[in-house]
Amino acid sequence: MNDRQNLIPLLETKGLTKIFGSLRACDGIDLAIAPGEVHALLGENGAGKSTLVKMLFGVLEPSGGEILWKGRPVKIGSPGEARATGVGMVFQHFSLFEALTVAENIALALDGNVPIERISDEARRLSVEYGLPLDPSAHVADLSVGERQRIEIVRALLQNPELIILDEPTSVLTPQEADKLFETLAKLKAEGRSVLYISHRLEEVQRICDRATVLRHGKVTGACDPRKETPSSLARMMVGGEVAEITGAGLGEPGEVLVEVASLSAPARTPFAVTLKDVDLTVRAGEVIAIAGVAGNGQSELFDVLSGEVTVANPEAIRIAGTPAGRLGITARRLMGCSFVPEERHGHAAVPTMSLSGNLVLSRYASDRKAFLTGGWLGLINNGPVAAATKRISSAMDVRKSLVDPPAGSLSGGNLQKFIVGRELDRQPRVLVVNQPTWGVDAGAASRIRQALVDLAKSGSAVIVISQDLDEVFEIASSISVINEGRLSKPEPAATMTRERIGLLMGGFHDGAGHGVDPAEAAHAH
Amino acid sequence: MRIELQKRPVPSALFAVLSPFIALGLTLVAGAILFMALGKNPFDALYAFFIEPLTEMWSIHELTVKAAPLILIAVGLSVCYRSNNWNIGAEGQFIMGGILGSLVPILMPGFQSWLTLPLMLLLGMVGGAAWGAIPAFLKTRFNTNEILTSLMLVYTAQLFLDWLARGVLRDPNGNNFPGSIRFPQAARLPEILPSQGSAHYGLLLAILAALMVWFMLRFTLNGFEVRVLGANPRAGRFAGFSQTRMTFFAFLLSGALAGLAGIAEVSGAIGQLRETISPGYGFTAIIVAFLGRLSPLGAIAAGFMLALTYLGGEAAQMTLGISDKVGRVFQGLLLFFVLGCDTLITYRVRLVWRKAAAGAGGQA
Repeated sequence: MNDRQNLIPLLETKGLTKIFGSLRACDGIDLAIAPGEVHALLGENGAGKSTLVKMLFGVLEPSGGEILWKGRPVKIGSPGEARATGVGMVFQHFSLFEALTVAENIALALDGNVPIERISDEARRLSVEYGLPLDPSAHVADLSVGERQRIEIVRALLQNPELIILDEPTSVLTPQEADKLFETLAKLKAEGRSVLYISHRLEEVQRICDRATVLRHGKVTGACDPRKETPSSLARMMVGGEVAEITGAGLGEPGEVLVEVASLSAPARTPFAVTLKDVDLTVRAGEVIAIAGVAGNGQSELFDVLSGEVTVANPEAIRIAGTPAGRLGITARRLMGCSFVPEERHGHAAVPTMSLSGNLVLSRYASDRKAFLTGGWLGLINNGPVAAATKRISSAMDVRKSLVDPPAGSLSGGNLQKFIVGRELDRQPRVLVVNQPTWGVDAGAASRIRQALVDLAKSGSAVIVISQDLDEVFEIASSISVINEGRLSKPEPAATMTRERIGLLMGGFHDGAGHGVDPAEAAHAH
Repeated sequence: MRIELQKRPVPSALFAVLSPFIALGLTLVAGAILFMALGKNPFDALYAFFIEPLTEMWSIHELTVKAAPLILIAVGLSVCYRSNNWNIGAEGQFIMGGILGSLVPILMPGFQSWLTLPLMLLLGMVGGAAWGAIPAFLKTRFNTNEILTSLMLVYTAQLFLDWLARGVLRDPNGNNFPGSIRFPQAARLPEILPSQGSAHYGLLLAILAALMVWFMLRFTLNGFEVRVLGANPRAGRFAGFSQTRMTFFAFLLSGALAGLAGIAEVSGAIGQLRETISPGYGFTAIIVAFLGRLSPLGAIAAGFMLALTYLGGEAAQMTLGISDKVGRVFQGLLLFFVLGCDTLITYRVRLVWRKAAAGAGGQA
């Protein structure tokens, strides 16, 4: 630490604070980033990482405290000013126009009037220099997520920034794509640029970052050299307590086949959707099958056909406990003992403006008709039992809420997800299909949800988990399959599956045959 | 300086209640300016428009006659709009209901029993529902925009009625005036208090319909379905609710209620089928539905409010000597301000004085 104190930090914040209403999203943050260092900003969802970064990039105005740039106080009033100061930013959710070309997208983000040819040339030069292969005349809609991220990085580099902020850059990448990104970061560092790297993935932070600042509830809870810490000590700083270990132990021998998908194909319903091709999947009682894959490779399309929100022409393509179900809707499948948890909480799994009890009725009015409805053909909603079940679910899943029956939209992401998962577990389904069960959920809630999924399988149900989170996949799955461009790889036992193999499958390698991967990447992957 | 709309974390309950009243206040202010521009004393004019009609018994009866169809139609439209089905063609459904129900006394003038009126009302509902089924079918089968189709069907219905009233259904002994025979007493919807004024039982039907639909929306699974599909079609699909079924349900229900309003108007207030049977009730009811917060009970209050603009228009013509079209102007103003003020429920208005740093240039 001592040698660093002699240097003037490139960027420093003193007591930086942001208040939204009564919430102190950032509370007196002290942070110092030295020149030429890769600095990690660690924290759970809602810890205040994004708020802090938005203040540094001029998107939000601080409520208090100051920002120093090379030792001098500065005011960053807008992203334009941030760029002019020397700060570049790559956002987690890309802001790209799919119908425009790479060069046009870059031009849109630049201040001033630069001819598009010059931008193309410059972008091509930078992409070669930093090992970010990119064709400036390609349309964004045709590019993979990794390539789209490269556009954002090149866009930031065009401004020749001294500090580059990356917000959860690897959350959408395959392990191989992430490796390439890390090479680029090393190059930036070698040139003396600083990087502020936001992540909650401890492993990669330990791998590439020189220093780390940990946030929890808007406050700095630790500053350390991540290489001298263990993943569990970092996790403790992030979570503020021990995170329960999930135990997959006790998953017995798989029983009867409950879900059987055979040569299922489904055409894309919109120009941006993915076509499902020849999907085969067999899930037995007592099994947790995890489907890994990079976002946008057909996960939600697969979920939709499994749930029956979208039916397929061939009834035999999906069998539930032996019964052909391809043409049955979601209600009929629920009545056969299936439950579903979609990825999007707001507006798909739940109606945000409705109360929790209303959201309970949403997915269970048919399966629990006897308990939840009364009045015969009138179909009156029976408030007593509905309220009792809401209470039961909330306490079983430890859903924290300020009112007895608040609108679903007022709950935090993790709490709402616990309720939604609990809503389905409460009826002890024979088959549960979950898409991204812990996306955007804090570590405590995530471990609770994962344990509940494992426990359900132990009790003899079949569980299908679609997840991007490889840690999660390895934690809970008995076998693992990978989805890539609408194709599903053959499930392999979790015990013999490796991250490298998953990475290859994510990139489209099915037993050596690649699908739409450029040769350079293929060579790299081998 | 600029004005910024800031999304509220939760919709404001206060403004949900206040918004119609603010809209009403702004309508009055705008109306006062309008009257001043016409060279009238704004206070006298507003008095003549909004207060005077309430000072006499006969005009209060008139008020209920105008309010009844507005409430009936608006109740159905509330269900439509809540479920995201934009039925703009209630005027046409009103007319078709009036026509179909009228066929009983016109084609069978001898059939006079206690069954005559119920049969007419039933046929009125069937006529309106059938006309409403057309845009529902087009929307669900061909993905046609229901706003356009339901609106275009209004003109079809209007011209069809015109043709009937001047042609095949014209009273042969009517000296070539357009219009059918006058309905026999058994085919007339009776007045509630014949000695005092013209209020007929259509008002009772309207309030009954409002209560039933309110109960449906509030307590039944069907009402739950309406709310879910209106708020989040995707969540509705997840629940297993059918968007197609809901489109038909909403259009058939609102069509039937508009048709009932149509036949109640013909058999109650008018007493014969004429070439025009509605001063735009089907369109005004859209304003009623929104002013009533898309709640069937709110529609009752809003229905009386809008009925007043019809009477006020007539009063303005008589006492102020200005066109009764000023009533339409008030209706338009009211709808404009109601929709505008609804913004306050989910947004708060903020004045930003300096060039703010809140621009989110790079934000996705």
